[in-house]
Amino acid sequence: MIIPKLAIRNMLGAGAKTWLNAAVLSMAYVTIIWAQGLYNGFDAEVSRTMIDAEYGGGQYWVEGYDPYDPFTLQDAHAVPAAPLQIRIDAGKATPILIVQGTIYPGGRILPILLKGIEPGQSLLSIPTGALGTSGADIPALVGSRMAKTGGLAARDTVTVRWRDARGAFDARDLQIVEVMKTIAQSIDEGQVWLPIATLREMAAMPGQATIVVTAKDSAPTAAVPGWSFQSLGVLLKDIKDIVKGKTVGASVLYAILLFLAALAILNTQLLSIWRRRKEIGTMMALGVTRGRVIGLFTFEGALNGVFAAIVGALWGIPLLAYFAVHGLSFGANQGDSFGIAMSDKMYPAYSAALVLGTTVLVFLITTIISYLPARKIGKLKPTDALQGRMT
Amino acid sequence: MENGTIIRTTDLVKIYPMGEQSITALQDVNLTFGRGEFAGLVGPSGSGKTTLLNILGSLDAPTRGSAEVLGLRVEALPHKKAAELRNRHIGFIFQTFNLLPVYTVFENVEFPLLLLGMATAARRKAVMDALEWVHLADRAKSRPNQLSGGQSQRVAIARAVVKKPELVLADEPTANLDAENSHHILHTMENINRELRTTFLFSTHDDKVIGHLRRKITLVDGRVAKDEPGAGR
Repeated sequence: MIIPKLAIRNMLGAGAKTWLNAAVLSMAYVTIIWAQGLYNGFDAEVSRTMIDAEYGGGQYWVEGYDPYDPFTLQDAHAVPAAPLQIRIDAGKATPILIVQGTIYPGGRILPILLKGIEPGQSLLSIPTGALGTSGADIPALVGSRMAKTGGLAARDTVTVRWRDARGAFDARDLQIVEVMKTIAQSIDEGQVWLPIATLREMAAMPGQATIVVTAKDSAPTAAVPGWSFQSLGVLLKDIKDIVKGKTVGASVLYAILLFLAALAILNTQLLSIWRRRKEIGTMMALGVTRGRVIGLFTFEGALNGVFAAIVGALWGIPLLAYFAVHGLSFGANQGDSFGIAMSDKMYPAYSAALVLGTTVLVFLITTIISYLPARKIGKLKPTDALQGRMT
Repeated sequence: MENGTIIRTTDLVKIYPMGEQSITALQDVNLTFGRGEFAGLVGPSGSGKTTLLNILGSLDAPTRGSAEVLGLRVEALPHKKAAELRNRHIGFIFQTFNLLPVYTVFENVEFPLLLLGMATAARRKAVMDALEWVHLADRAKSRPNQLSGGQSQRVAIARAVVKKPELVLADEPTANLDAENSHHILHTMENINRELRTTFLFSTHDDKVIGHLRRKITLVDGRVAKDEPGAGR
């Protein structure tokens, strides 16, 4: 136990130098936790938003439906199978019918997806209530991005054209009853929401749906013929992949930060060994073995990681807590540039694993970085060290 | 090794290679030192005093010949054993004091005992006793940069003798001290030598030290030129 005792004594004895190093390293340490926490918070919020606005507890897709292939929509509709209908009737699921269409706002042609949904549903955080109370022939709900793209506003009327189940094209005017503000682009861009009964009638698809969204926390029904269950794991995969991709990008930042901090420690260690070579010689003369001197210098370097955690905790905890409570603002609508549902304010989420993992990582790096120059001591002759020479 | 003999060198040679040339620092040195001696290696700079002291302190190895210290052949000692010999049995006093700068006086003196793994209470008593010997008990909490040269060297003496070693090797211990401090620390070392029967071996060319030696060995160009009784009592 003598090495830790001496190392702590040396580090504390070095005073301001020790704390300056710790302060530099703590910046890398806190920044990593903060940035990673931001991505964790980002991941959690995007997932929560998508679950609330689109995925619920998972979705049943009618056979042949592929959201990435619009050509499948022509045949992707069927009456929900009995087990699904039971859940719909019990308010534990809501059907959505998806039909391809075109709108003509201001004389322009805009291909869209017409999505039919129950106006009274409450499973998804879409303000569908307006569809049931407007009194318009074809009431429609659009998101703010769609409204912007189409130059649409509430109470505007726009012509919609679609093809029904029999292959016949038809066109009518629909009225925008509300422009909703949502951060979920996937229920907004290129989409027009109608009451499902209206869309079923327009498309000649009575009682039919393309997908059935289940309530959150509801267990999936056993296999439903003609329908495939898409779990949240499957539905959120793309989002997770995007966040993961962004996290990998952020790792480059961490690597640079850690590299700079490691360089500072390496430099400090090299200088320390150079400056303290006479001290090393004295220690050897007093009976400290080379192994113990190497251990001592390595331990001193590793203590930088521990002290950085202490210094980082002092200024980092209040800072991280502030962002966790007040969030970090990216400015209005900046979230859209990320390509996925993201609010204008992000709230970092710090887990014990993140803090512990970063602490261990910083400690390991400082230990390794400290050991490398300390190895030089192993080649040092006591007589040379006493005379202040490095061999 | 005969009873009472703690150091014996036999045909000791130390040669330092310097590129294609070499420098012979010690040539056929044959010396014996007994327990309780207060002896000194004297001679001009480059005569091999410090080299001999380093070999006897197991800090360096001879090129040829043998150096036996407390029954151990220095030239055959592995690093760990040499460190153990230094830690347990040899105390060093350096010209430039070599106190560990971030430690207090107490911690500097305590250092060798920490390495020995001595229990806290015994360690504390030994350190305070050693500081009493050198009259610095009241400066236990001071740092080296708060001490004068004489005080620093007294701390170094306390550190060298705190473990009550058989042998203390002092390399030009008064070179950085004024006359008053030199006499003071020499008296201190003489007292310790008498009380603990610790063998003191100096390397010096300082007349003040030479005047205290009971045995004076003159080295010239790495050879023992004279081995005679000193003026010390």
